[in-house]
Amino acid sequence: MQEIKALIEKEIRLEWRQKYALNGMLLYIVSTVFVCYLSFTLKVNNIEPITWNTLFWIILLFTAVNSITKSFTQEGAGRQLYYYTIASPQGIIISKIIYNTLLMLVLSLLGFLIYVVMLGNPVGNLPMYLVSILLGSIGFSTSLTMVAGIASKAENTSTLMAILSFPVILPMLMMIIKLSKSAMDGLGWETSYDEIGILLAIDAIVVSISYLLFPYLWRS
Amino acid sequence: MKQSWWKILCVVILFYTIIQGLIGAIPRQPILNETLRNVYFHVPLWFGMMTLMVASAWFAIKYLRGGNIAHDEYSAEFANTAMLYGVLGFATGAVWGNYTWGDPLPKDPKLIAVEVGLLIYAAYFILRSSFEDEQKRGRLSAVYNIIAFAAFMPLVWILPRLTDSLHPGNGGNPAFGKYDMDNRVRMVFYPAIIGWTLLGVWITSLRIRLRVIKRLKAEQF
Repeated sequence: MQEIKALIEKEIRLEWRQKYALNGMLLYIVSTVFVCYLSFTLKVNNIEPITWNTLFWIILLFTAVNSITKSFTQEGAGRQLYYYTIASPQGIIISKIIYNTLLMLVLSLLGFLIYVVMLGNPVGNLPMYLVSILLGSIGFSTSLTMVAGIASKAENTSTLMAILSFPVILPMLMMIIKLSKSAMDGLGWETSYDEIGILLAIDAIVVSISYLLFPYLWRS
Repeated sequence: MKQSWWKILCVVILFYTIIQGLIGAIPRQPILNETLRNVYFHVPLWFGMMTLMVASAWFAIKYLRGGNIAHDEYSAEFANTAMLYGVLGFATGAVWGNYTWGDPLPKDPKLIAVEVGLLIYAAYFILRSSFEDEQKRGRLSAVYNIIAFAAFMPLVWILPRLTDSLHPGNGGNPAFGKYDMDNRVRMVFYPAIIGWTLLGVWITSLRIRLRVIKRLKAEQF
């Protein structure tokens, strides 16, 4: 526990010192939203609710892939070797997952804010939409962290990251879009317990697999 | 003879399946009509694919535990054959769907699940080909293989059952066994599952041997 706490603190401090990476991610999400704003609402001034929702999640997906890819690559091989000697692999993967979840949460909430300002807010059940963002951030970061770990060992990290992560994340994305669509339509909570349960179950599976398999990854 | 009894069994069963599939008697069903014969080919191919995927994940786990490079080869080849079976199952399903649902690729959760599954395993092969070092390739692709397996199984078994699906047994539809099959069909269907699975294992074992020979030859130089 102590170890995980220290590692998370290290990650946050590292991110805070190299602000350009964080700012880069923020600018990335702002520019993507702005591109969507220009291409969808400037001329027609009308966006279908389904398109609104899907577009938001696609933007978040790409942001997640881009920001989580660097969670393993930004540290050099030497420093990774150093961590290898002082920390357990389980501690490292859990701390990275928690840190990426926090990062994704910040990014997606800010992204949601900008998105709502620029493209309007057709959401009917706001608390439920926020819950779907929360679940989405957790889901993206859990499944992408492990894949980023695999991809970082190869030469062509960014291509491999895209190829490996998209199929793994698709079922989760389908569930999230369904959940957030019901939130947009203003449906009650009781209609979506199924989706929330499945999302939590998928998260649990992915976290436990990462926990079990990361030591083998870390060794190389 | 001791080693090859299952190959003979496989050939016998598959001949029986094909002959029964082409000329055997089947019950008359509305909409399904004669297409029910596809149940000897389409469904067992999926069963075979699942078995091969389980074998692939099993050898991936074994590789991670032992580090024996042969297990990695087993795992890759099982995944390879599983992919072949997946494509074949997809094709037979498309033919069947064309005549019963009026569309070779309807918007069905099970179809989407399988498309995603094939993408996952395609990514697995790309991952494999991007490493030079044998041990590193083995370890990383074994890790991804297990992730892929864990992502694919709930996708194809659980999710379609929660939504509406055209497939029998999903989304409130009755499963196959209840209405569509009678004992004549069962007499062919169950052996067919065994036969196709054995064929998959046979193909895989040949490819594994080929691979081992290639590796040994490469090591000689």
